[in-house]
Amino acid sequence: MKKVAMTGNVAVANAMRQINPDVCAAYPITPSTEIMQQFSTFVANGQVDTELVTVESEHSAMSACIGAAAAGGRVMNATSANGLALMWEMLYIAAGNRLPIVLSCVNRALSAPINIHCDHSDSMGARDSGWIQLYAENAQEAYDNTIQAVRIGEHPDLHLPVMSCMDGFIISHSIENLELLDDRQVGDFVGPYKGTAYPLLDLANPVTYGALHLQDYYIESRKQLHEAHKRAKNIVIEVGREYGKLSGRSYGLFETYKMDDAEIGIVALNSAAGTAKVVVDEFRAKGVKAGLLKPRLFRPFPYLEIADALKGLKALCVLDRADSFGAAGGPLFIEVRSALYDLPKRPVAINKIFGLGGRDLGLDDLRKVFEELVTLLDKGQAKSLYEYITVRE
Amino acid sequence: MAGILEVRWHGRGGQGTVTAAKVLAEAVMAEGKNVQAFPEYGPERMGAPLRAYNRISETPMTIHCQVTNPAVVAVVDATLLDTVDVTEGATDDAIFVINTPGDPGELKKKMKLKSKQKVFCVDANAISLETIGRIMPNTPMLGAVVKATKVIKLDTLLADIRASFGKKFAEKIIQSNLDAASRAYGEVRS
Amino acid sequence: MSKPKGWKDLPEGGLIKEAGNAEKYNTGAWRSDRPIWIKENCIQCMFCWVFCPDAAITVDKNGERGEFDYLHCKGCGICALECPSKVKSIVMMSEAEGAKPDALEKAKAAALKMAEEKKAVKA
Repeated sequence: MKKVAMTGNVAVANAMRQINPDVCAAYPITPSTEIMQQFSTFVANGQVDTELVTVESEHSAMSACIGAAAAGGRVMNATSANGLALMWEMLYIAAGNRLPIVLSCVNRALSAPINIHCDHSDSMGARDSGWIQLYAENAQEAYDNTIQAVRIGEHPDLHLPVMSCMDGFIISHSIENLELLDDRQVGDFVGPYKGTAYPLLDLANPVTYGALHLQDYYIESRKQLHEAHKRAKNIVIEVGREYGKLSGRSYGLFETYKMDDAEIGIVALNSAAGTAKVVVDEFRAKGVKAGLLKPRLFRPFPYLEIADALKGLKALCVLDRADSFGAAGGPLFIEVRSALYDLPKRPVAINKIFGLGGRDLGLDDLRKVFEELVTLLDKGQAKSLYEYITVRE
Repeated sequence: MAGILEVRWHGRGGQGTVTAAKVLAEAVMAEGKNVQAFPEYGPERMGAPLRAYNRISETPMTIHCQVTNPAVVAVVDATLLDTVDVTEGATDDAIFVINTPGDPGELKKKMKLKSKQKVFCVDANAISLETIGRIMPNTPMLGAVVKATKVIKLDTLLADIRASFGKKFAEKIIQSNLDAASRAYGEVRS
Repeated sequence: MSKPKGWKDLPEGGLIKEAGNAEKYNTGAWRSDRPIWIKENCIQCMFCWVFCPDAAITVDKNGERGEFDYLHCKGCGICALECPSKVKSIVMMSEAEGAKPDALEKAKAAALKMAEEKKAVKA
């Protein structure tokens, strides 16, 4: 174990160095560029055995990853925003072919207008592609999730690609304290690659990937993917617990902060949850029973467990750093509110879209949200279900 | 923020301001404290005004919003005083460390600072010219900030400059940067 | 015909674990016209082997053309059209006629008739 101060990107690049994947295919895009830039120096220095394939686009990067994973290699990649969007077609193919590729998604807003800063419109758009999605509050969690993603995706009951997300710039480019495991600990934890039982390079047993499935078989294949996602939850818990024994940092499906007796609460992903913890503490100091729930696993969405964790609240606000234009709320809100539907007594739930394109979510913004939740305790009905904050009128 | 020291750096692209925030972070971590360092990314061009930030705390930090109320403001280029409001949001007892040969009392008046706010001046340009051989104000500014804030020991800073620069530069350059930081530490005026 | 498998029994990710299993697919059942090969007319030029869009012309270990692979021949007729021998060595017949025991005899007669008609047109 080593205490360091480094950016989220450099932390993830170090996780990749310790994992030592067989193949990485990369095309640079801000703010994820630094991951592969740093990793390429590890390749050049001979610190890893990885074949680093430089390609001409993100579509090609994911295509190369799919080929390499089907061939039987452990494969990793990193991208952001429009890069992820260009991978779109191949994301579905990676999941459909059940290839456990690990992708670091450094969350950034999608164009237009062009913007390089953080929001979750990139990974949220990919939420139905069949990939497992993990979200990280800080550089430590991004590092830890990257290592666990390998074990989760390659689990023999899953064989699914995993997207490990962290906030662009806010985490990717900020230096923070974190602990790195020893190289050997990571090597032992991830173990030898066993992500596919039928590698294409096993020439004695040739197989076909990507065959045509029409009305006769396609839906059976998708049902298999659906069932694999159902199994993922327990595997994420199992891997998180084992990682806890190794590192002292256990992981589950989500983190709860001061939720035991909470009456009002916020649900938020990634770095915003960290800032919200500060405001939870402030309201607790004033005697308000405030709490926070930070989902870690977004796909599959652990709706039963999240409903159970939120059932004691009287009012809650879901903070979404992405809009789902024309929908009944942001992507996280839609999931959370749907999860609450079967509770016999549901809390009032409201939704705020915040921080698009890197707009700061300050302490005052969060204080206003908690103050609104306090008023909901009496009124019980929100003036607005779904609205933007951190926006100029 | 209670228990957290927040620092805002003002500089221009190419002056090593972002590096200064990074080196300070690493030095603070070396003393076992918790730290954050993050620049504000915009159009990164030589000469363009930029900001970088540090948060320093004895306990782990979860806060990840921008620094809006810094207790320490480091101005790496004094010409910014005329174009950027470096006092914006600063706490009532904020410390300003400014790269200038000027007088702290006069600057305090010129900047219309509050009574408990304090100005430290250091001629980082001259120090860097004499030690490093060209105007590179970031390492002397680090020495001055460390002296003004007492956030870490000078030795910790020097050890970290050696560690950070040692990977990239020759011994002569490392030594001149160490000299620059030490001299500024000694010469900063309030 | 075998019953299609359910999702529990199918290989993961639509993988086909068995190599070259297209051979087991009786695409010959798609055929409505059948080519008949007349060995005595055949000059072993291999044009039919070259032009066959499937792989329905069998070749023996001596490199000589053999019988059609009727499990895979879809009856497109390209081989019969391209056959260059003066008296055609491949003749297309309806699948029903071609499957009868006297098909080869009828094919030979048809080949001769075609050759004579062609000669008459030239003359």
